[in-house]
Amino acid sequence: MVEANTRGPFAEASRIPGDTREAIARIAGVEEAGSVTYQTVEAEHQAKKLRLYVIGYEPTRPGGPPEIIEGRTLGRSHFELVADISTGLELGAKLQLGRNIFTVVGRTQYQVASGGDPAVFIALLDAQKLQFDLAPPASRVQIARGTSGPGRDTVNAVVARLQPNSSSDAVATTVKRWKHLAAITQEGQELILTRSLVDRARRQIGLFTSLLLVVSAVIIALIIYTMTMEKLKQIATLKLIGAPDRTIIAMIVQQAVALGIIGFVSGATLIFNIKDYFPRRVVLEADNVAILAAIVFSVCLVASGLGVRAALKVDPATALGG
Amino acid sequence: MTASPNSTPLVRVKNVSKHFGDGESRVDALRDVSIDVFPGQVIALLGPSGSGKSTLLNVIGCIIEPSAGTLELDGDLVFDGGWLRSDLRKLRLDKIGFIFQAHNLIPFLDATDNVALVLQLANADADTARRRALELLDYLEVGHRKAAMPANLSGGEAQRVAIARALANRPRIILADEPTAALDSKRAGIVMDLLRKVAIEQDAAIIAVTHDEKIFDRFDNIFNLRDGRLEEEHSTT
Repeated sequence: MVEANTRGPFAEASRIPGDTREAIARIAGVEEAGSVTYQTVEAEHQAKKLRLYVIGYEPTRPGGPPEIIEGRTLGRSHFELVADISTGLELGAKLQLGRNIFTVVGRTQYQVASGGDPAVFIALLDAQKLQFDLAPPASRVQIARGTSGPGRDTVNAVVARLQPNSSSDAVATTVKRWKHLAAITQEGQELILTRSLVDRARRQIGLFTSLLLVVSAVIIALIIYTMTMEKLKQIATLKLIGAPDRTIIAMIVQQAVALGIIGFVSGATLIFNIKDYFPRRVVLEADNVAILAAIVFSVCLVASGLGVRAALKVDPATALGG
Repeated sequence: MTASPNSTPLVRVKNVSKHFGDGESRVDALRDVSIDVFPGQVIALLGPSGSGKSTLLNVIGCIIEPSAGTLELDGDLVFDGGWLRSDLRKLRLDKIGFIFQAHNLIPFLDATDNVALVLQLANADADTARRRALELLDYLEVGHRKAAMPANLSGGEAQRVAIARALANRPRIILADEPTAALDSKRAGIVMDLLRKVAIEQDAAIIAVTHDEKIFDRFDNIFNLRDGRLEEEHSTT
């Protein structure tokens, strides 16, 4: 549940009152609900800058890390932190966020923001303090002006876990009737993430991929062409002894496809082994790999065209003579 | 102009002419050449560079079409207008064996596979092709080198494997382009003996282009070409 007319804290600013969680938890079909905050902060650790996506949640409610791979989840209400392994923070490490020092008590994995910043999880109260507390001089200015600034009991969203067999659409409809809130289902969030947040990145990667494929096709074409030119005498011999064109074409295409298979297997092995070192989480699904294989296969077929053309132009008479 | 044993010629070249280009750039490579070659004969085409012997070999090998005249191979009239390029390839595969100056074996196939390849092109299954290839290598006395790659064969061995390849589909016409040019006298003699053996045992016609004087006495007939014309025919038998 997020602020009305927004697309949630990961796409736009969303601020809702902290007590919304109780109201959400009482809706029929909701099993439990938890308030969460999201913010990006820059911290320093071992003389290095760390950009972190700080998620504040209520330790006994939904919204926390989905799994703990090392250590434990938050136990105390303050100054503990669960970090994604891509932060490089070890268990027991100390990290200053705002004016407080947090201790890493647990580690999780695959939790990054859409921009690739690794996530850390802290208690909601700590997160609210980090997000909404003003620095002392700014706070003094606010008090002198007769205002105390925005209230601290504000959250960015409420995460609701539904009871089995309850309808997410029905709960979303109920929430929307309250006018000041909007509800986004799991599918809706995934859609926002893929169609909006990472869309530009997706297009950019698509552009780079297309360029790389074109360059690869040119390289494969040149390699196959060179290899064909080196075998002109053998091709002429085959033609002279009666090999049909399809046999010669098949030999060249086989060569190109073999080159593609070697490249694809090497590339796929490399990707599977290094993908976790990329800042953004890379998910490679079987169908993506299959599509890539089909593209590589097609590129090889196209690239072999130049070699095939050269081979078909070979005069069998060149096999005769020294 | 031809020897005339009592049989039908396997190769009949009749009044064949071939020119390249037209007008001032016209080159007459063959002029009214006629040759008959009979089963069991081993004949040589002789002549200086540019005399037309390679063109004649290309015409007999169904690689280039004559500008005039007719060519008959084993009773089939070739280049009569009804032959497609694919038909000519099939004809070469079935009826003609080629032996090259530099053996032209496929370097990434071993001796057996080089021979078997021709059989597989003619749709023989892999086992049959391999069996026949091994028989031929034994026949040409290189069976002990059946698994050797061309780069590891001596010149004589490679040429014998090439002859085995030329014989794979049991062709009755064998065209050899300088088959002994890369061999010393002893090995050249062995290769010529093999060709003679093939001609007799398989009732085949063998036509060789050669400059190799040390083997002139191994041919039944020698045809001299000069400026595209057949000048004279020497019978050595």
